[in-house]
Amino acid sequence: MSFLTLFIIIPVLTVIGILLCKNHMQVKWTAVVGMSLQLITAIVLIFLFLAERRAGNMAEILFIQDNLWYQTLNIHFFVGVDGVSVAMIGLTSLVVFAGIFASWDIVDLPREFFTSLILLASGVFGFFISLDLFTMFLFYELAVIPMYLLIGIWGSGPRHYSAMKLTLMLMGGSALILLGILGLYFNSAPGGGPLTFDLIQISKVHIPVETQRFLFPFLFVGFGVLGALFPFHTWSPDGHASAPTAVSMLHAGVLMKLGGYGCYRVAVFLLPEAAHQLGWIFLILATIGVIYGALGAVWQKDLKYINAYSSVSHCALVLFAILMFNQTAMNGAIMQMISHGIMTALFFALIGMIYGRTHTRYINEMGGLMKVMPFLAVAYVIAGLASLGLPGFSGFVAEMTIFVGAFQNADVFHRVATIIVASSIVVTAVYILRVVGILLLGKIRNEAYEMITDAKWYDKISVVALIFGITVIGIAPLWLSDMITQGLGPIMQKLLSAAPMLH
Amino acid sequence: MIDFSYTALILLIPLFLFVLVGLFGNRFKPLVSGVIGTSGLFVIWVLSLFTAYKYFFVLEKATDGSFQKLLAVNTVWLHLTDKLHIDMGVLLDPISVMMLIVITTVSLMVHLYSIGYMHGEKGFQRFFAMLSLFSFSMLGLVVATNIFQMYIFWELVGVSSYLLIGFYYTRDTAVAASKKAFIVTRFADLGFLIGILILSYTTGTFDFITLTGSSSPAFSSGQGVWFLGLSTMTWSMIFIFMGGAGKSAMFPLHIWLPDAMEGPTPVSALIHAATMVVAGVYLVARMFPIYIHETAALDIVAWVGAFTSLFAAVIACTQFDIKRVLAYSTMSQIGYMMLALGVSGYGGHEGLGYMASMFHLFTHAFFKALLFLGAGAIIHAVHSNYMNEMGGLRKYLPITHITFLIACLAIAGIPPFAGFFSKDEILVAAFHHNKVLFAMEYAVAGLTAFYMFRLYYSVFWRKEVHYHHTPHEAPATMTIPLIFLALGSTFTGFIPFTKLVTSDGLPFEIHTEWGIAIPSILIAVVGIAVATVFYRKENNIATRLARSMGGFYTAAYHKFYIDEVYLFITKRIIFNYISRPIAWFDRHIVDGTMNGVSYVTNEASFRIRKFQSGQLQQYAIVFVSGTIFLALLFIYLWTN
Amino acid sequence: MFEGVPLTWFLITGTIMFFVGIYGFLVRKNLITILMSTELILNSVNINFVAFNKILYPGHLEGMFFTIFIIAVAAAEASVAIAIIINIYRRLVSINVEKMDEMKY
Repeated sequence: MSFLTLFIIIPVLTVIGILLCKNHMQVKWTAVVGMSLQLITAIVLIFLFLAERRAGNMAEILFIQDNLWYQTLNIHFFVGVDGVSVAMIGLTSLVVFAGIFASWDIVDLPREFFTSLILLASGVFGFFISLDLFTMFLFYELAVIPMYLLIGIWGSGPRHYSAMKLTLMLMGGSALILLGILGLYFNSAPGGGPLTFDLIQISKVHIPVETQRFLFPFLFVGFGVLGALFPFHTWSPDGHASAPTAVSMLHAGVLMKLGGYGCYRVAVFLLPEAAHQLGWIFLILATIGVIYGALGAVWQKDLKYINAYSSVSHCALVLFAILMFNQTAMNGAIMQMISHGIMTALFFALIGMIYGRTHTRYINEMGGLMKVMPFLAVAYVIAGLASLGLPGFSGFVAEMTIFVGAFQNADVFHRVATIIVASSIVVTAVYILRVVGILLLGKIRNEAYEMITDAKWYDKISVVALIFGITVIGIAPLWLSDMITQGLGPIMQKLLSAAPMLH
Repeated sequence: MIDFSYTALILLIPLFLFVLVGLFGNRFKPLVSGVIGTSGLFVIWVLSLFTAYKYFFVLEKATDGSFQKLLAVNTVWLHLTDKLHIDMGVLLDPISVMMLIVITTVSLMVHLYSIGYMHGEKGFQRFFAMLSLFSFSMLGLVVATNIFQMYIFWELVGVSSYLLIGFYYTRDTAVAASKKAFIVTRFADLGFLIGILILSYTTGTFDFITLTGSSSPAFSSGQGVWFLGLSTMTWSMIFIFMGGAGKSAMFPLHIWLPDAMEGPTPVSALIHAATMVVAGVYLVARMFPIYIHETAALDIVAWVGAFTSLFAAVIACTQFDIKRVLAYSTMSQIGYMMLALGVSGYGGHEGLGYMASMFHLFTHAFFKALLFLGAGAIIHAVHSNYMNEMGGLRKYLPITHITFLIACLAIAGIPPFAGFFSKDEILVAAFHHNKVLFAMEYAVAGLTAFYMFRLYYSVFWRKEVHYHHTPHEAPATMTIPLIFLALGSTFTGFIPFTKLVTSDGLPFEIHTEWGIAIPSILIAVVGIAVATVFYRKENNIATRLARSMGGFYTAAYHKFYIDEVYLFITKRIIFNYISRPIAWFDRHIVDGTMNGVSYVTNEASFRIRKFQSGQLQQYAIVFVSGTIFLALLFIYLWTN
Repeated sequence: MFEGVPLTWFLITGTIMFFVGIYGFLVRKNLITILMSTELILNSVNINFVAFNKILYPGHLEGMFFTIFIIAVAAAEASVAIAIIINIYRRLVSINVEKMDEMKY
C-alpha cells in the first residue's frame, strides 16, 4: 500500500467524521483537522520525494501502487507521482487548507458544504496521483459534480444558471475526454495482447499518426475547456461570480489546473506527433486567450469577474507554454499552474472576505478600504503584485521561465506569439492597479464602511498560508524548478523523438 | 586577493530592515522604526565606503592594469535552459562600486532627513519600511551580476517607487500618479524584457562579465540583418534601451516623472532624482561594450538623450510647482548623461563621454538630492508647492537658502562646484562627436542656469507673500543632510574620475579644454543674469515675454500636450475601442454562442415534449398506427 | 354443429369486432365506453382462439383454456378499471378521457 493512498483516505475519513458531527463547530474543526493532516502529508510527501531524488532514485514514477479493480476492462487503481504531480499535490493541499478557513462563516448547511468541498478535493487529489486513464477520468468527474451542488446551493446571484452552465460545459469537455481516452485504450496494444488504460504503458506504445491526429483535438479541447481555452472559457466568469468563496478558490486554484495538467499529461504526452502537427491551432487560441482575458478584465466592474478574466489570461498562458514543446517552457507551465493556483485562491479568498464585509462586489461602490481593513488591503495589494508578475512572488518566476522558454523556438511564428503574450504583463498591470486604486486607495466612498472590521483570525490563517506559498516559491524557486524539470524528462524525450517525424 | 563576500550584507541588511519594520513596524514607536532604518543604512554606508576604498585602492589590478570585474558573491537562483540560468550575486566593478556610494549616501541622507520631515505623519513606519525596500532593490540592481538579476531588481525598484509615490494613498492625485508611473515604466520594461530575450537567445548567456568581456558572444553572434536593416543585436540593444528610457524618463516615456512628485519629497529626492531614475543610464553604461558595436542603437541613445534634455529644460522654464521644475530639471540632466554615453567611444580618451556620464551621474546625485531636500524644507516651512505662494524666504530659512544656492550653482555649471566639471566633460565629448548635439546641449546649459535661478529667486528673493504662520527653519535632522550634501555638491567635482571610472577600466589623462569650458561658463552666467533681471524683484518682464512667445509658451506650459496624447491613446482608443468591445464580444458573441447551443437544445426538447400530451387516445393512435405500420412492413419484407 | 360454417366467417366476425373495439377505444370520450371497447377487442381475440382451436387442432383444448383465461383476466381487469374510473369520477366529477391529462409533460 503506497503512501499516496493516504491522499484519498484522509478526505474520505474526514467526510465520514463530518457526517458524524453534532454541531457546526465540530464540523468545522473536523474539516480543519482533516485538511491540516492532508497538508502535512503533502509536505511530508514533498520532502520524501526530494529525499528519494537526492538519494539517487531516478525512477520515472515514485511511490507506485497498482491494484486491479475491474478485470474485464483491465482498469487498475494505479497511483504514483513524479515531480510534476508532487508539485500539484502540494498546491492542492495548500489551497484546500486555506479554503476551509476562508469558508468559516458558512451558515447554511455547513455539514453538507464541507462534505461536498472535501469530496471535491479528494477528486482532485485522486486525479493528480492516478496513472490509469480511467481512474483519472473517474476522479475528474468526482471533482466536477460537487461543484454543481456547491454553486447551486451556496452560491450567490444567478447561481442556478451559473452552476448549470459550468457543469454542462465541463461535462461536454469530459465527454470529449472520454472519447479520447477510449481512443487511446483501443490503440494501447497494437501488437495484440490486453488493452490497457495504463498511462505509462500507453506512452511506450507508438500510436499511428493518423489516429493521433484524430484523438488529439478531443483530448486537448476536452481538457482545454476546464483550462479555460479561449472560446470555451465563458463558464469561468459566471461560475466564479456565483460560487461561494472557498469554491471559487478551489475552482480557479485547483480545478482549472486539472485542465492544464490533463493537456500536459495526456494530450501532449501520449500524442506527441499530433501535438507537433496540430499544436499551432491551439497555440493561436492560447495566445488570443492570454491577451483577450487580460483586456477583458480591464473593463469589468465586478471584482470576481475581473479575477475570472485574469484567470482566463493566466491559464491560457499555461496552455501556451505547454504548446511550446520545450523543457523550459513546460517547466514554466507547471510553475505557472502552481503560482496561479495559489495566487488566484488568495484573490478569491480576499474578494470573499471583502464581500462579506461590504456586501457588494462592484468596485465603484467601494473605495478607500485600506483605511478600514489594512490587513486585507495589504494582502490584496500583495496578491495584485504577485499577479502582475513582480519578482519575489511566484508569478514572476513562472512567467519569466515561460517567456525565456518560448523564445527558444527560433521561428517567427513562435517568436511573435511570445512577444504578444509577453505584452500581457502591461495589461495585467493596468487592470490590477486600476482595481487597487479604486478599491483600496483614495477616500472612503461609502460612510457605512467606516464601521467595517478587519480580518478575523481564521481569515488571517487562510491569507497568510497562501501568501507564504507565493513568496516561498518567489524567493527560492530553485528546488521547485529542479523537481519539476526532473519530472519533465519522459515527455521531453517523447516530444524530441516525435519532432523528426515531421520532416 | 581580498574577500569581498561580506558585500552580500549590503543587500541583506536593508532586506532584513524591510521585513522587520514592514511586519512589526506598528508595534514600535514611530521614531524607533526611523532610527532602526537610519542606523541600518548607516552600517551599509560604511560598508560601501569600505568596499570602495578596498576596491579602488587596495585590490590589485588585472594584468593589463585595469580594474578587475569581480564576482564577490554568486549563486544560482533558477535554471532556465541548459545554458541560461539566473544567478543572484554581487558584481564589483568601477561603476557598481561608484553606484553603491551614490545610493547609500543619498539614501542615508534621505533616511535621516525623513525622520524630521515625516514626523507625525500617519504611516511613518510604513514609509521607512518602503525606503528600506527601495534601498535593497536599488542596491541589488547596481550590483547585479547578470542582466536578469538586474531585471528582477529593476521591477522591484519600480514597485517600491509605486508604493512610495502612492504613499498618501487617500489623495486621488497620488494614487493616479503612482499608477501612471508603474504602468508607463512597466510598458518600457516590456521592451527591456524583449531585449533580454533576444540577447540571451543569441548569446546564450545573461552574465555581464561574459557579455561585456573582450571576447563576448555578443560581438560574434546576431550580426546578420534581421529586421528593418538592423541586426538582431542592434534590435536587442534598442529594446533594452527602451527599458532604460522608461526608468530614466526619456522622451516619450517621460510622462510619469513629473506626476511622481506627488510622493513625499524625500522620496522624490532619493528615487526620482538621485538613484532610480539614473538606472537607465546605468543600464546603458553596463552594456556599453556591446552598445559601442551597435552604432545605430548608440545613436538612438544620443539623440533621445539630447532631445529630452532640451525638451525638459524648455518645460522647466514654464512650471510653477517647484517640485515639477526640479523633476523636469532631472529629466534634462539625465538626458545629458544619456547623450554623453551616446557620443562616447571605447577605451582611453575615446571613452571620455562614458567617464563624463558616470561623473555627471555621481555629482548630479548630490546636487539634485540637495535641491529636492531643500525644496522639501521649503515646503515644510510654507506648506505649499507653488512658487508664486513663496518669496523672501531667505531670512527665515538661512541654512536652506545657502545650501540651495550651492546646489543651483552646481547644477548651472559654475566652477568650482561639482556640476561644472562633469558637465564640461560631457560638452567636450559631444563637441568631438557631433556639432548639432553639442549646440543643443550648449543651449540646455543656458536654460538650466535660467530656470534654476528663476526658481531660486522666486523662492528666496522677491517680495514676501503673506504666510499663514511664520516659516521657520527645519529641525537638525533635516539641515544636517542638507549641509552634508552641499559639501558633496561643492567638492565631488574634484574626484579624479578619469583614474577610477572609465570605459575600459584603464585610467587616462585629460586636460580642461578652456575653449569649450569658458563659453559654457559664460552661457551659464548669462542664464543666471537673465533670471536675476526677471525674477529678483517684482516685475512683469517675464509675463510679457511669455505673452510674446504666445503659443509656444502655452504649449510648453502644458508640457507640449504629451500627457493628453497618451490619455487619448489609452483612454479613448485602448480602453473604449479595444477593451470595451472585447468585454462586449465576450458576453454577447462567445458566451452568446454557448448560450445559443443550450437554447437550441432547450427549444428542441420543448418541441418534442408536445408528444407527451397526456391524452390517452393520442397515445393509442400512435400505438395502433405504429403497430399497423410495422405489421405491414414485416409482411412486405417477408413476402419479398 | 359448426360443420357448415367456414373459418373465414369467424375470422371476419373477429376482425370486425376488433376494429369496432379499436374505433371505440380511439374515438369515444367516455371511459366506460372505452372500457367496453377494450372488452370487444379481447372478445374478438377470444373468437379467433376458439375458432382456430376447433378447426386446426380439434383434439386439443389449449385455445379454449386460453379463452377462459382471458375472460377471467378481463373480468378482473374490468373490476379494477371500474374502481379506477369511480375514483377518477370522485376527483374530477367527470369520466371524460380528455380531462385526464395530468400526466402530460
